[in-house]
Amino acid sequence: MKERLRFLRRPSGAIGAAILLFIVAVAVLGPLVAPHSPTQPLGVPLSGPSGASPLGTDYLGRDVLSRLLYGGRSVLGLAAAATILAYVLGLSIGLVAGYTRSLVDPMLMRSVDVMLCFPPLLFLLVLIAGAGSSVAVLIIGVALVQAPQVSRIVRTATLEVSVRGYVEAAVARGERAPAVLVREVLPNILGPVLVDAGLRFTYSILIIASVNFLGLGLQPPNSDWALMIGENRSYLAVNPWAVLAPAAMIAILTIGVNLTGDAVARSLGRSYVPRTVRSVAT
Amino acid sequence: MRRTLGAIVALLAASILIFLALQVLPGNAASAVLGRNASPRAVRILERQMHLDQPLATRYVHWLGGFVHGDLGDSSVALAQGATHAPISHLISGPLKNSLILAAITAMLMIPLSLGLGVLAAVRAGKPTDHLISLSSLAGISMPEFVIASLLVAVFFVALRWLPPVAIVPPGGDPLSAPKELVLPVATLLLASLAGGIRMVRAGMVEVLQTEYVQAARLNGLPERRVLWRYALRNGLAPSVQVLAQNLQYLIGGIFVVEAVFGYPGIGSTLVEAVGNRDATLVQSVAMLIAVAYVLINLVADFLVLLLVPKLREPA
Repeated sequence: MKERLRFLRRPSGAIGAAILLFIVAVAVLGPLVAPHSPTQPLGVPLSGPSGASPLGTDYLGRDVLSRLLYGGRSVLGLAAAATILAYVLGLSIGLVAGYTRSLVDPMLMRSVDVMLCFPPLLFLLVLIAGAGSSVAVLIIGVALVQAPQVSRIVRTATLEVSVRGYVEAAVARGERAPAVLVREVLPNILGPVLVDAGLRFTYSILIIASVNFLGLGLQPPNSDWALMIGENRSYLAVNPWAVLAPAAMIAILTIGVNLTGDAVARSLGRSYVPRTVRSVAT
Repeated sequence: MRRTLGAIVALLAASILIFLALQVLPGNAASAVLGRNASPRAVRILERQMHLDQPLATRYVHWLGGFVHGDLGDSSVALAQGATHAPISHLISGPLKNSLILAAITAMLMIPLSLGLGVLAAVRAGKPTDHLISLSSLAGISMPEFVIASLLVAVFFVALRWLPPVAIVPPGGDPLSAPKELVLPVATLLLASLAGGIRMVRAGMVEVLQTEYVQAARLNGLPERRVLWRYALRNGLAPSVQVLAQNLQYLIGGIFVVEAVFGYPGIGSTLVEAVGNRDATLVQSVAMLIAVAYVLINLVADFLVLLLVPKLREPA
């Protein structure tokens, strides 16, 4: 376990982890300590900070601080759900493609090519235009955008591991493919996969927030941070806190995830840093 | 050549995906447009106008055939509102031009800035300049566009009153006639996209600067500037071209949000509005148009890399 927490020794890792802890605490404990209701008007719309509402009220007169404290759950929850679903899909496809090198493999690579034809946000918008907007569409859409790339990373890692001695030994012992995959291959590709999961999570946060901001995702009176920014943006000059507070929360959350991901990648050593596009020939 | 073929196949698959998402998922595009309370008769009339009474495959071939010939079809929402003829190509030609202007300005600033700052950070690797560039680009890469935009508006409009918070261009107007309005949208796109480019250019250059041929050039007494620009940059650039292409592609995605934030009448805000109205045909054609642009950028980038790095040109 100590080995796993080595990234905390880096300043960026410690700061990033502290930020994440703070945001998770806000999301989990926020609704318990919020002074007012997130959906019921408290007073005059867009009034400035006061004793009753330290961050003032929003365009409908609701308490900004309370909405902020309630809004973290959807930001973290939706992104986590989408990332997990992307991993369930990507991990299973990638493992099978990389290990069996069957027909799944070329099909996977082609589907990655197709997904690379769109900006991810466009794919999500097309899906929303077709299926309407709901929590399920958001989660499934973001998972579908990410799954091909997840499976490609898993596939590459699996290809590398599956020719190692311990895998061949397991095969020689007569173990079946599922057992080999779960017991031998999976634990050994976990390093690069975990680093990638951090990146995907940030990415899910960003894309879901963008859709919510555009008003095409979660609908009012939800107190999602991105939705708060979108709703109150026109009144920025009247009560800036209604926009700046949720904007600051999203900003420090994404910076925190990035810092942590960076530190984890570095502490795992260079070989685990996701390789960048080195050249077109490879 | 093989790559071009692959791109065409991928685009075809993409077109099927877009078509299926929009025409199959909700059951019926016509009733989605008209809303839940529409009379069955109105739905049937619109269905006929949208050719929804024909089989799926026929509709797909019809749409794609039209698309290839530049006929993008009619907007389903406009048809629902009683128009008999509402060609999408007319609806989007203005916004398309506006978006291209916004993207071109951003790209013109983005490419030299990311190259310049990336090379600077690589040459000064480990020194304060490098840390400053890396740190500020990390902040940029982390934040979604609408957060950056909101912060910029808070500073430059609410606090300083220097720049307008919106970039509204009247229909048929020229966005360049009010250059002040374009500053914040362009700045937002730059802040969001520069980081990735700088990081990659830096990584490529740091690696190349340690190679033997660069050391040899230095030991031969060539002036540092010549070593840098003539020897190192050429090979250091190969991955960077890819990244710049990715950045241009990013620009296409980022422009949706930025246009919506600033009320800029471009292709992105058109699309966002069409998604809100559930205008299936409009979304379908705009999405396909964007996919084509996206793939073209990739092809051009691949070609440029081959030009830059002769080593990669495979003997046939």
